Amino acid sequence: MGLELSTTRLEDAAKWAKQSLLERAQNWGRKFSLFTYPFVTACCGMEFMSVAGPKYDIARFGAEFPRFSPRQSDLLMIVGTITEKQGPALKRVYDQMAEPKWVIAFGVCASTGGFYQNYHAMPGADQVIPVDVYIPGCPPRPEQVLDALIMLMDRIQSGRGHSQLRAKREQLIADAAHNE
Amino acid sequence: MSQKVLDALKTAHGTAIESVETQHGDAIAWIKRDQLLAVATWLKTDPAMAFDAPVFVTCIDRLDWRPVDVPPGPPVYPATAAWTEDRPRFEVVYQLRSNRHRHRIRLKCAVPEHDARVPSLASLWPAFNWQERETYDMYGIKFDGHPDLRRIYLYEEFIGHPLRKDYPKEKRQPLVRRDDLPINPIKSTGGHR
Repeated sequence: MGLELSTTRLEDAAKWAKQSLLERAQNWGRKFSLFTYPFVTACCGMEFMSVAGPKYDIARFGAEFPRFSPRQSDLLMIVGTITEKQGPALKRVYDQMAEPKWVIAFGVCASTGGFYQNYHAMPGADQVIPVDVYIPGCPPRPEQVLDALIMLMDRIQSGRGHSQLRAKREQLIADAAHNE
Repeated sequence: MSQKVLDALKTAHGTAIESVETQHGDAIAWIKRDQLLAVATWLKTDPAMAFDAPVFVTCIDRLDWRPVDVPPGPPVYPATAAWTEDRPRFEVVYQLRSNRHRHRIRLKCAVPEHDARVPSLASLWPAFNWQERETYDMYGIKFDGHPDLRRIYLYEEFIGHPLRKDYPKEKRQPLVRRDDLPINPIKSTGGHR
């Protein structure tokens, strides 16, 4: 009995260590090759251009390549105000991105709705899709954006991005169902 | 300069004019609603007028409107002659300009709430097509004779007209919201959604 238990524990531990190593390698690769999809709707786009430009140069962190197809990107940057009318489009773009994916809300409008408290502006893009990192500022400084990107990279490395957590949760549920 | 236009308008369509005023050097003519189309046609086709540039069409909601000298508080009747109970709620405003003669005029049309419709001028100036759609979208003014009177900015599911003064200013009509994921507990307390 005791031997059985200890061997399964050992097996579990070995499985865990193996997966974790693989995961760690995967995440290391992911965090340095973020392909952004710029969902640019408003004036924050100018700051986004500044971040992508040579002075602040988001390419230093491996996220220099804006892809204008959600299928080819894994980082959705919501740059600017999201209106209620845009909600379905934003959700569709998010749904079309391949797993794993990450979302950054760029600026107060995308984070909370900002100074818009009226009939047309959505109070934050997280009303529709999950968001990993919020960047305050109207618009945020490029340094803030780089800081947020580094935060997101830490999250990706430790597997705490929302889609990574969701995948883990689904895996746990599937394992539990399988073991029963 | 614009006084000339007003004088010509008075001589040509004196019966269609309710009143005339001037604000900051701009002539304003209040036109009776049923004769607006005739006056506009004349303003466009008459060679001495030749209003070829439509500038804007919009609407003013005078709900709870009071002049500058009336302090805030419960309404006091009658404060001025211009502010009475039977004053129509909406003013539809047309700004016109003539590039040939370099003069301009503003037409206003009083529209009551229970019968919020004016004749459309989109047949005269096609540029008014979308602007009248916008005015319909935001204020709910119906433009008779408009070729395609639909909402232009808002979605079809939207109920009401948001720039009316009695529209609750933070009332949103969301098309889509998250349902598959837990809402961030910090933001779930927000009152305005």
